[in-house]
Amino acid sequence: MTNNSFFTCALFVVTLVALAKPLGWYMARVYEDEPVWLNRVLAPFEALLYRLSGVNPKQEMRWTDYAIAMLVFNLLGFLAVFGLQSLQASLPLNPQNLPNISPDSSFNTAVSFATNTNWQGYSGEVTMSYLTQMLGLTVQNFVSAAAGMATLVALIRGFTRRKADIIGNFWVDMTRSTLYILMPLSLVLALVLVGQGVVQTFKPYQTVSLLETVSYEQPKLGADGVALQDAAGKPVLETVEVKEQTVAVGPAASQVAIKQLGTNGGGFFNVNSAHPLENPTPLSNFLEMLAILLIPAALCYTFGMMVGDTRQGWAILAAMTLIFVALIFVAVPAEQSGNPALTRMIVDQSASDTQSGGNMEGKETRFGITNSVLWSLATTAASNGSVNAMHDSFTPIGGMVPMWLMQLGEVIFGGVGSGLYGMLMFAIVAVFVSGLMIGRTPEYLGKKIEAYEMKMAAVVILIPPLVVLGGTALAVMVDVGKSSVFNPGAHGFSEVLYAFSSAGNNNGSAFGGLSANTPFYNAMLGVAMLLSRYWLAVPVLAIAGSLAAKKIVPVGPGTLPTHTPLFVALLIGTVLMVGALTFVPALALGPVVEHLQMIGVASSK
Amino acid sequence: MLKHLKPAVILFVMFTVLTGVVYPALVTGLAQLLFPNQANGSLITAENGKAAGSRLIGQPFSSPGHFWGRPSATGPFPYNAGASSGSNLGPTNPALVDAVKTRIEAFKAADPDNKAPIPVDLVTASGSGLDPHISPAAAAYQVNRVAKARHIPAEKIRALVAEHTENRQWSLFGEPRVNVLALNLALDAMR
Repeated sequence: MTNNSFFTCALFVVTLVALAKPLGWYMARVYEDEPVWLNRVLAPFEALLYRLSGVNPKQEMRWTDYAIAMLVFNLLGFLAVFGLQSLQASLPLNPQNLPNISPDSSFNTAVSFATNTNWQGYSGEVTMSYLTQMLGLTVQNFVSAAAGMATLVALIRGFTRRKADIIGNFWVDMTRSTLYILMPLSLVLALVLVGQGVVQTFKPYQTVSLLETVSYEQPKLGADGVALQDAAGKPVLETVEVKEQTVAVGPAASQVAIKQLGTNGGGFFNVNSAHPLENPTPLSNFLEMLAILLIPAALCYTFGMMVGDTRQGWAILAAMTLIFVALIFVAVPAEQSGNPALTRMIVDQSASDTQSGGNMEGKETRFGITNSVLWSLATTAASNGSVNAMHDSFTPIGGMVPMWLMQLGEVIFGGVGSGLYGMLMFAIVAVFVSGLMIGRTPEYLGKKIEAYEMKMAAVVILIPPLVVLGGTALAVMVDVGKSSVFNPGAHGFSEVLYAFSSAGNNNGSAFGGLSANTPFYNAMLGVAMLLSRYWLAVPVLAIAGSLAAKKIVPVGPGTLPTHTPLFVALLIGTVLMVGALTFVPALALGPVVEHLQMIGVASSK
Repeated sequence: MLKHLKPAVILFVMFTVLTGVVYPALVTGLAQLLFPNQANGSLITAENGKAAGSRLIGQPFSSPGHFWGRPSATGPFPYNAGASSGSNLGPTNPALVDAVKTRIEAFKAADPDNKAPIPVDLVTASGSGLDPHISPAAAAYQVNRVAKARHIPAEKIRALVAEHTENRQWSLFGEPRVNVLALNLALDAMR
């Protein structure tokens, strides 16, 4: 790693951890309904929302009601996004006259955005009207994130309540997450991003002149619209001269801000945050990258405050940060070392003051190696899934690390809310394992962890691997699965494994070569996203209900302290053991084989 | 379930209006007021009043008298800003090796005297297919070719490149880079 690379990564991690406390403090006050200065502006409006919808904010729910409210609300979101896509051609704000979207693609995208995944089988600027982007996708970016945060807050209440049967009001938690946290942050970030050059306009796509004319050949069509063929049966080609460039624009900044802050990740344009109008400068890149991990990191501190012991939050944050930082030192050098095949062609891949060098295929010059790799780690550590470089073109090891971060269950920071509730499941398993070692009933934060909690935690931890590995196995066995693969050999397998790792952990990033917009993948990945969102969120709420009903046991000599370096190490060990043992065989068939092929070819010639 | 339907529907409609209409409209209004150029695509206005390109969107260049940008994988022609795309070629894909070989040959053909190793960003496709920048090393590699084609001393071209080289933002963020379209517009304006 170069000096600048060290510096960039350090600056990022330090800024992130430094912001965790102030934002975490603020969010804890929001969820505990203590005064914050935004009350003055938003409280009357919040009250109006409750009055109109007939919600009594003081009336809390049992965990079952909480779960049903969440599911009903998400179902409405799904239906709205599905409907908007199916009807967009006849709706306003469609300056490019984009057609309606096929049912399988609409299903996939609607699931994807309602589950906070933002997997995108489609290509933004040639598919979605401005109306669909705003009214469908941007809305889900807010509320699916808010639903995740609400679920987490309910779980935290489970730890703090004693002998209670209620864990909060879903409508209130969801409303406050959106109004007090996501919207103000998005508004500020969106405006800063516009200042850097992210577009925000309702104008149609702009036409500009090209300095040099380019030409390309395309099959010539006859009067009947069918491609002409010459006597030998070959298609007749015609040359097309291009003198102008059509620049896709639109209301992007407002969506980009929340796509990052809500760990959604769905790009406005096809290439997501690699697009210069979605992520124009290194500063916009830094801010967007920070926005990805900001709320998940800060929620750790919120958790600590709400359970009355901030050390508990710091311990979780420490475990997340340590894994993240360690992986920086694997991925950045892998990409910086470049592609041996290019070295043989006398291509200069060395880092210097005048170029970043390394494996630049699929990367943008303004970001270079370090910022592209750091982003790939942030976006897959969180269940964000936006990209600023094409992961499919990463070196085998550089691409394996983001894939593995998803496979760990999206608990290294993870999605807003979902990351921390996932990590708390691992914490429950960690105290259980250590309880077995010392022969005591395990407890966490004063609550006894018993068979019911363990069963639910096991469900949460085991469902994603089942979905990922089962889905991948099925897809590589059938022709409809294999025919979508773009790159040959082991890398092709990685494309499929990456797709299911992404959908099966609600991440949303892709090895983009895979043609995923087919009925097979739209359906398979859609189901994968549904399973791994709700079959995790519902058991988590069940644990919340079960914990809330328990009494709090006082700390005794047999209690394992859960704020110590020892516990941090135990937690890291639990996460890595599950992740490594489950996925090493699959990773060996993809990235590992490809890496050996890549360096083997290099040394044999 | 039914008792949750009413708040679900009403809150969903309210949040759709709030986050799907009010929020983007508010951002658009403020953006158009505060940053009108950036909000509409950072277009460069030429002397004739027409848009000569966008500062943030690269253009295809292949004549020896212009600096060439990153290879672009958009279809059906390079730098199609209506349909951004990367190549998605994996590192061990033979098609990547072939593509790089073709690009190297194009550089060698345009400037046979240049024996230096080619900077990697000149022969690898960008992520967006619209990358407006090349590295300073990639610009330096092309100075002699451009100078020869334009019959201008290389020193003058080098000075122009230096003028168009952006350092790391705030000396902290990202990588040093040269905006290819801005540089070529300046070249064409040079007499």
